[in-house]
Formats: sequence, C-alpha cells, structure tokens
Amino acid sequence: MKPIPVESIQKTLSNDPLGEAIYASTGRLMAKRAAAIPDHLREDFEQWREQANRIKRHTLENLDYYLELLEERLRARGGRLVYARDEAEVARFITRLAKEKGVRLVVKSKSMTTEEIHLNEWLEKEGIETVETDLGEYIIQLAGERPSHIVAPALHKTRYEIADLFREKLAVEREEEPERQTLIARRVLREKFLSAGLGVTGANFVVAESGAIVVIENEGNARLCSSAPPVHIAVAGIEKLVPRAQDVAVFLKLLGRSATGQPLTVYTSFLSGPRRDGEIDGPQEFYLVLLDGGRTKILGEPSRRESLYCIRCGACLNHCPVYRKIGGHNYPWVYSGPIGAIITPQFHGMEKDWWLPFASSLCGACGEVCPVKIDIPRLLLELRVEAVREKIRSGEARLEHLAFRLWAWVMTHPRAYEAAGLFNLVLRDDETGWKGQVPGPFRTGPLKEWLRFRNLPAPPAKKFRDLWAARQQREALKE
Amino acid sequence: MAGRVSLFVTCIVDQLFPRVGLAMADVLERVGWEVDFPRAQTCCGQPAFNSGYWDEARPVARHFLKVFAGAEYVVVPSGSCTSMITHHFEQLFAGDRAALSEVEALRPRVWEFSRFLLEVAGVEDVGARFEKVVTYHDSCHALRELRIKEGPRRLLRHVRGLELREMDTAEECCGFGGTFSVKFADVSGAMAATKIDSILRTGAEAVVSIDSSCLMQIRGALERRGAAVETRHLAEVLAAQ
Repeated sequence: MKPIPVESIQKTLSNDPLGEAIYASTGRLMAKRAAAIPDHLREDFEQWREQANRIKRHTLENLDYYLELLEERLRARGGRLVYARDEAEVARFITRLAKEKGVRLVVKSKSMTTEEIHLNEWLEKEGIETVETDLGEYIIQLAGERPSHIVAPALHKTRYEIADLFREKLAVEREEEPERQTLIARRVLREKFLSAGLGVTGANFVVAESGAIVVIENEGNARLCSSAPPVHIAVAGIEKLVPRAQDVAVFLKLLGRSATGQPLTVYTSFLSGPRRDGEIDGPQEFYLVLLDGGRTKILGEPSRRESLYCIRCGACLNHCPVYRKIGGHNYPWVYSGPIGAIITPQFHGMEKDWWLPFASSLCGACGEVCPVKIDIPRLLLELRVEAVREKIRSGEARLEHLAFRLWAWVMTHPRAYEAAGLFNLVLRDDETGWKGQVPGPFRTGPLKEWLRFRNLPAPPAKKFRDLWAARQQREALKE
Repeated sequence: MAGRVSLFVTCIVDQLFPRVGLAMADVLERVGWEVDFPRAQTCCGQPAFNSGYWDEARPVARHFLKVFAGAEYVVVPSGSCTSMITHHFEQLFAGDRAALSEVEALRPRVWEFSRFLLEVAGVEDVGARFEKVVTYHDSCHALRELRIKEGPRRLLRHVRGLELREMDTAEECCGFGGTFSVKFADVSGAMAATKIDSILRTGAEAVVSIDSSCLMQIRGALERRGAAVETRHLAEVLAAQ
C-alpha cells in the first residue's frame, strides 16, 4: 500500500508564499460564505440543506427511472444522450465526433468531470487543440498543472506568479494587476471561441423532466462554449440528475452561497438541446455524455451513497484546517479536501489511497458546511475501518494492530490499567513538567513524531485515582 | 445535597492532568453535589474508534457502559469523550441491539462538565476568582457535535477578576485529532502554529478549554515556542478562589 506522501506535504508546508496563498484564499472564501448566510437566513439555509439532501437521496434511489425519463425528454428536444462507462469511452466518443466534423480546436469551460477523466490529454493525444476558457483553468493549463481546488483551480497561485506565467507563455508585457491579467486572457480566449469547432462544458445539474442541463458560472465563458461553436458536448456524472426544473432552485441558492458567498452566480444557463427551427443562436448539435466512472459502485452501497450527493461547491475544502495547510496538490486526485478524502478511495480502491480518510483531525467543519449535508465525518470514520481492514489483510498493520489489541486488553482490566498507567511508562515525574526531549531509546514512533513540534507532558507520579483516594481519606478524617 | 454525580475523568486526565479531575470534583461539591469516582473506569474507547480499530474499541466501550450503568449522572471533563459516548457509541454498536439499549439508557445521564453546571445544576456563578486575561478555545467535538459554544463563556464571565478576550481563530481546530497528531505530525504542527499565533495576538495570559487533549497540543506547542502562556481546563479556572 502506498505510503503517506510526507515529503510532498513537507515541501508545501515549508513553502511560505504557497502556504499563505492557500490559507488566505480559503479564509476569504470562508468569510464570504459566512457573510452570505446572515443570521436572518440561517434557519432557511438549514431547511434548504435538508431539502437538497432529500432531493439527491430521492433521485439517486430512483436513478434508473430518471435516466430513462431524461433520455426520452432529451431526444424529444433534439439532443442525444451518450452513456460512458469510463474515461476512455468519453474520450473515444468525443475524439471520433471531433474527427468526423474536422474539428481542430475545442474550447472548454470549467468542469471537474472532464478533469477527472483527463479529457484534455486524450484530445491533445489525437492532435486536437483544447483550450480551457475559465480564467483559473486557463492559468492552470498554461502552467501545466492540475487544479488545486474544485471551484478556484488556481487558488494556490499568486498574481505575481501569474504575471510571470503570462509573460512567458503568451509573450506579453509582465502585468501584476489581476484586472489587466484578465484582459490579456480575454483577448486570447475570444479568438479561440470564434474559431473552435466544438465546445465542451460540464453540467451542474441535469433536469430529467425537461432534458435540460444547468450550467452555472461567473465569467460567461461556459455560455460561449455552449453557443458559439457548432457542436456542444456536455459531460457530467450520472449523479448530476434532479427530477424537475423546480428542484434546481434550492441548489442554486445553496451552491453560490457555499462556494463563493454569492446569492447567485453571475450566469445561470438552462440549456435544452440544440438550436431549433426559428431560433437565431445555439449549437447545431447537442450531446450529453453521462459518465459512470465508478459511480454505480458507490450507488450500490447504501451507507456510502451520500458520497454522490456532492455538488462540487468546495466549501468543505475552504473550511478544512488540513486542506488549508496542504492545499489540493498533495491529494492524489483532482478532488481534494474532505470530499476528496472520502470519494477517492471509493473510486480508486482502498489499497491505493488508504491514508486519505486519516488526513483529518475529525474536527467536523466539513460536515457542518456541506450544502447537501453529506455526513463527511461519519464517512471518514467508516472508511478508516475499511482502511485498517485492508492494512491488516496485507500484513502492513501488524504492530499497530497488536498495540490496539494490547490497549483494549489493558482498558478492560482495571487492575492492569492501574498497574500499567498508559502514559506512565516513560518519564514519570513528580511535577507535571513539559519535556522538550526524551531519552534516546524512547525517541521513536509516535513519541518522536509528537516531539518534532511539541513538548511532552511528563506523567505525574500520582494519578487522579491516587489523588482521589488521598482526598477521600482526608475527608473521612475531617468527619 | 442536590444529588449524586459519578466522575468519568477520562484516561488523559487520570494519567496526565489529575488536577483537572480534582478541580472538577471541587466545583461540583461546592455547588452542592455529592461526587463519587467509580474506580474501575478506564477509557471511553475513542482512541481505537478514531483510528479505525472498532473491534478493539467495542470491548472498551462496553466496559465503560458496565462501570457507569448504575450512575445517576456521569460528568465528564471533555467534550470529545462525552461526544464519543453520546454520539458515537450508537455508530460503534450499530446492529447490536443489547448494547444499543444500554447506550440509550445511559446517554441522557452523561454530561459534559460545563453543560452539567448550567443545565442540570443550574448555576452560572460558582464563586470562582481567577485574576487573569484568558482566551477560550472551542474544542471541535464540543462545538460541532455537542453544540457547546456560549456555555463555557458564560461560566467564565462570572469568574471574578477574569477578563475574556476572543481569539480570531477560536473555532479552528488546534490540530490534535488523536493519532492524527503523530500520523500527520507536520500538518498537526502547522495547525498548532496557527492556533498559537492567534492566541498570542490576544495578549491573553492563559488559554482555557473544556478538553485536556486540545490543551495538551496547545501547551506542548506553546512550550516549544517558549511562549509564557498558561493552559487551564475550565474546571481549574472555576475551582480557583
């Protein structure tokens, strides 16, 4: 089983500008969310979360029905539904279509699902130029990196780094002002929109009843991707379905506020099928690719199903004290933070990513802010049990397993507990002093790790139970 | 006498911070409660539970249930251990009907110390005097699982001579997290550093919390930095006169 990427984590932690960028940006997003949910809205917000959770549960429990409904309604509107089992099937479909149409350039709007399946790499391999048009994604693409945050992919980058990047990659004057940087990107991207033969977007929601997809964004680039090129392909996971258009309302209220503190994002597009007779804009062809990619496996586990409720708002990342220290790139997949920690091992198997559920202090902040009330803390705990089982099976937890078995025996035998004194074995002291170091032989394992950053309380010679017995004796004498 | 409480002092207080347990007993007696200490008690099982070793946590949790089965009230100087019993035993014993009914029977009688004072004993002023500037650290399980936020502050405001100054990251985790603190020592250390910075900005002379485990992390990091800020469990502040 893969070890915890300690070195990479240490590298992030010792990089001050990076650490400050992550901590400050997530802090700003936390403050914005808090401001968007003022006291008078708090009760409503709780009800919305409850309602959103119920809609997701209902839809996923009846997914077979809603998928068939969607297919029928989408076809009636002139669109086509394509099912893809895995990333290769998505890539094959899109590249074949692109080649058929003679497409040389694809414009994309921000989509975690296409990040998940490495769509850009697949297309580039086939010689099809692919351009990200969301500003953050564009920056990441130029830098040759992957997004470090679900909503703010370039959150780890400072504007000074972006200034250098633009100068190097776009041959422009170095520009440190974010507004001017945006204008530079805009100039480049406008050209791309106008010459692309294919636009790819994600879908935040897919409405079964109307066959429409809902795309929310702030920059207008998704609207251009879905309307300027002659062909529009939307790629989404099968869990994105909601039954009716009216069900979307509650999610819109939750998503903007949770992600960026906006009551509503700047653009909310309901896109239903290609351009119809008499309409003056919109694509000539529309395809919706629904990806499984491991989702049905999770769907089949009732106690894990809620992992699929996620609407990718990023609030759990922003509020996670671990994410805020290590950023997104130390997580093995494009989904980072608490939601990444619970879904990555479920998608990729525990043997690879066993350590993710442990990358949490179990502070519970993620569960508190999740707009669809995924019980992330519960799932972290339950996945830890599975990880331990996996480690025991592979023979990698022998010592730890033995330690906990011994611990359990001591804790169920009070006399042994009194004799052993759990913390009592090392450095007994008359006064609870705080030791900066312990004698060499003890400088190992958990003690050594503790002492890297903290002093250690030396266990007092008298335990509570001893002091209590003495106190009782004194009381008895008084009487 | 108002009634009788059984102390569950938790393994960390028993072994490392016994004065916290004595302070809690002093305060409870001062407000008119009879206090006993069931000597067979050990631990609630949380260390194994949080580490994924539920098979090892179960017998320890069962032992807890047995020791305290007859208690009128169980009072605990920890939000985290209280929450383990009142919130997580149910998860740990899922499907075990006999154990679950024992959990059900005990749960309403298990109280975190500050909440017991306010909601059962019905006192806000325990007659304490502590002449220091303090800042209060919200421990995660107390805050998010037990919804304890204002209670300890209310108790602190009634302490004579005490000035309470809020830190800007009161609700942010200190980075302890049980075995997380050693499995991910680097991250845990970085989280502690953020907490310490925030504490130092207040100019407080002492950090107060209702969880000794958080205080161990905070104090350990304060000591390492050579910062002269004390750590005090709420019980110790309330016991001071």
